[in-house]
Amino acid sequence: MNRPTFLGMPATAPPGVGHLRGDESFPAAARRSLADPQLRRNLRHATTTIRAKSAGVIAESPDWEQLRAAGAAIKADTLNRLPELLEQLEAKVIEAGGVVHWAADAVQANQIVTDLVRAAGADRVIKVKSMATQEIGLNEALHAAGVTAVETDLAELIVQLGDDRPSHILVPAIHRNRAEIREIFLREMPGVDPALTADPSALAAAARRYLRETFLSTPVAVSGANFAVAETGTLAVVESEGNGRMCLTLPRTLITLMGVEKVVPTWRDLEVFLQLLPRASTGERMNPYTSMWTGVTPGDGPQAFHLVLLDNGRGAVLADEVGRQALRCIRCSACLNVCPVYERAGGHAYGSVYPGPIGAVLSPQLTGVDDNASLPYASTLCGACYDACPVQINIPEVLVHLRAEAVDARRRPTAESIAMAAAAYTMDHPRLYEAAQRASRLSRVAGRRGRGLPPPLNGWTASRDLPDPPTETFREWWAAR
Amino acid sequence: MRIALFVTCLADTMFPQAATATVRLLERLGHEVVFPPDQTCCGQMHINTGYPSDAVPLVRRHVRVFDPYDVIVAPSGSCVGAVRHQHATVARRAGDASLTSRAESVAARTYELSELLVDVLGVTDVGAYFPHRVTYHPTCHSLRMLRVGDRPPTLLRAVRGLDLVELPAQEQCCGFGGTFAVKNAETSTAMLADKMRHVLSTGADVCTASDASCLLHIGGGLSRLRTGVRTVHLAEILASTEHEPAVRG
Repeated sequence: MNRPTFLGMPATAPPGVGHLRGDESFPAAARRSLADPQLRRNLRHATTTIRAKSAGVIAESPDWEQLRAAGAAIKADTLNRLPELLEQLEAKVIEAGGVVHWAADAVQANQIVTDLVRAAGADRVIKVKSMATQEIGLNEALHAAGVTAVETDLAELIVQLGDDRPSHILVPAIHRNRAEIREIFLREMPGVDPALTADPSALAAAARRYLRETFLSTPVAVSGANFAVAETGTLAVVESEGNGRMCLTLPRTLITLMGVEKVVPTWRDLEVFLQLLPRASTGERMNPYTSMWTGVTPGDGPQAFHLVLLDNGRGAVLADEVGRQALRCIRCSACLNVCPVYERAGGHAYGSVYPGPIGAVLSPQLTGVDDNASLPYASTLCGACYDACPVQINIPEVLVHLRAEAVDARRRPTAESIAMAAAAYTMDHPRLYEAAQRASRLSRVAGRRGRGLPPPLNGWTASRDLPDPPTETFREWWAAR
Repeated sequence: MRIALFVTCLADTMFPQAATATVRLLERLGHEVVFPPDQTCCGQMHINTGYPSDAVPLVRRHVRVFDPYDVIVAPSGSCVGAVRHQHATVARRAGDASLTSRAESVAARTYELSELLVDVLGVTDVGAYFPHRVTYHPTCHSLRMLRVGDRPPTLLRAVRGLDLVELPAQEQCCGFGGTFAVKNAETSTAMLADKMRHVLSTGADVCTASDASCLLHIGGGLSRLRTGVRTVHLAEILASTEHEPAVRG
C-alpha cells in the first residue's frame, strides 16, 4: 500500500497536489484572521454553541469514559494489524460485487477516480462531504479533466459556491454567517430566487431546490467513508442532511474514497463509534442519517461500486510510534471546538484541510514535518483537545514529539537552538545560573516595565508588561534568613 | 513533616514572593522546609519547545537533587506537570533506564502546593486572612495534567475575609503556553484579551492562580492596560495572616 522509497521508509504525501500544505506559516496566516471581527464573532458563537451542546449529551452518558477507552482500543488494534484488515475488507467488497482500487498517494487517487468517472461517461458528479477527497484536491483534478463536481452538503456547497476554502472539519463554512451565505447564493447559485432572504430556512430551501434537481440528473456520486467494516465489506457514511443518502442511493455509479485508517475489524465495533461520533461531533445523541452498504445490490441503488483505498502519507504516520495515534481520528472535530487557539485563529490559519489540534498533529505527519513546521507550535499545550477527544488521542504529547522532530529536521543551528543550548548549559551549572539571575536584575534588559525587549521577545512586550525584577531572588532570601 | 521545596526557576528569579510564601505557610503549619540549593530548572521549556536532548542533563540534575526527599512541593502546577508527565519520557527517549525509573520515583513524591495541603497534609483551612475580592484562574496544567480539581477553591473558600468570585470560562487557557506567547504572540494576545475581559467582569481586585507563569502573562496584560487588578499567587494568599499580610496584598 505504500510507495516504497529507496530507504524502504513509507512515503509522505507528495507536494503540488491536494490541500495539506499552506502558503504561509501559522503565525502569519493567523495574523489576518485575528484582525477580522466578523470571523472572530462567527467562530466564538459557533464553537461556544457546539461546545455546550456536546457537553450536555456527553454528561448524560454514564459510560462515556468507557466508550472513549473502547474507541481508542479498537482503533489501536486496527492500526496494529492494518494490512491484514485491509486485505480482508478488499476480499469482502469484491465478494459483494464491488471493485477495490489501491492509491499510494493523491496523484494516483485522483487519476483512479477521474478514469472511473470518464469510463461512466459522466461530465458531472455529485459529492457527499468528504475530508479525503478534499485532502487530495479531487474537485480540482476532476475540473481539469472537464468534470464538474457538485458538493451536496449545505456548508460544503456554500464553500464551493463562494470559491472559498473549508475552515472546519464538520462545519466547513463556520467562518460565514447568514448574510454572507445569502450573498454567495444570490451571486453563484444557478436559478436562485432574487428575493432570497437570510432566514436559515429560506437559505436551506434554496439549496434544497438547487440540489434536488442535481441529485436526480447526475449518474455518478463520489463519497468518503466514516467507517469500513473488514469482516463484512460494509461501508458507512453518517450525515445530518439526507444529501448523503441521496448520493449513495440515486446514481448508477458510486465511487468511495477512504483513508486506509477508516477500517474497523467487526460490525460490532460500529456500536462504539456510532455512540461516540455524534455526541462528540454535532452534540447529538444519534446522527440523523446513517447509510450503510455492502457492495452492489441488484435492482437497488448504484449498480457499480468502486472503493478507493488511500495511503497518501498514512504509512509514514503509522511508522511513528508516538505519532500514529493521530490515525485513530474519526473526524468529529471536538478538538477544534474546544481549542482556544482555533477559536481565535480560525481554520484557514492551519493551511490544511485538517485544521485545529488534530490538523496540527496530522498534517505535519502526512507531509513530513518540514512542510508544516509551524503547526506543531500552534498550541499552548493546554490539553483541552485531549480531554475532548472521543478516541483519546493525546494531542499535546504528539505536538511535543513533533516539535522535537521539527527541531531535528533543521540542518543548521538557529538563534533559538543556540539560546536553548546555552540556557540548558547555564541551568546545569548552579553558579552560572545564579550569575545569570544577578545579571538579569542588574542589566534591566527589560527596561521600564518591560517595554522594548529585542526580537523575538518583543512579541511579549507588544501587549504585556514584564514585572520589574525583584530585589532579591528566592535563593538569596533563603541564604540570608 | 520534612518537605523539600522545588522552587522552580521562574519563582526563584521573578516571583520569589510565591516561594517565600510557600515556606512561611508550611512552617506556620508546623512543617520543616528544606531547600536543596543545587536545583535549577525542570527543563519544561526545552522539552515543550522541541529540545528534549538539551533537557536530559536538567532532568538528571533534578532527579539527583530531589531523590533523597520523601515529599517534594512546588508552587507550580506546570512544573509539577513536567516532572510527573515528561521527565520519565525524556529519560526513556535518551535510552537511560535507570534515570527513567528514578524520575518516575521522584515524580510520585512531587506535589503541587494545593495537592500537598489537601491530600498529604489533610488541611483545607490553613488559617489565612486575605480581605479581598478574588477570582481564581485554574491554569491548564493544574486543571488537566494534574487534575487538582476543586482543591485550590476549597482552600480559598476557607480564607477569612476573602470573597471568591467565579471566573467565567475559567477552563479556557490564558494564552501563555511558554514559547507560544512569543512564537504566536498575536494569537496569544487574543486569548489573553478574552481572559482579561472575564477577569474584569468579576469585579475582583485580585486574580489568583497556582502558577507564576500564567500570572506573569495575565498580570502583564492587566498591568499594561492599567486595570488596577493585581495578580497574586495562591501561596501568597494562603500565607497571608492579620499579623503577616501578603507582601503585595
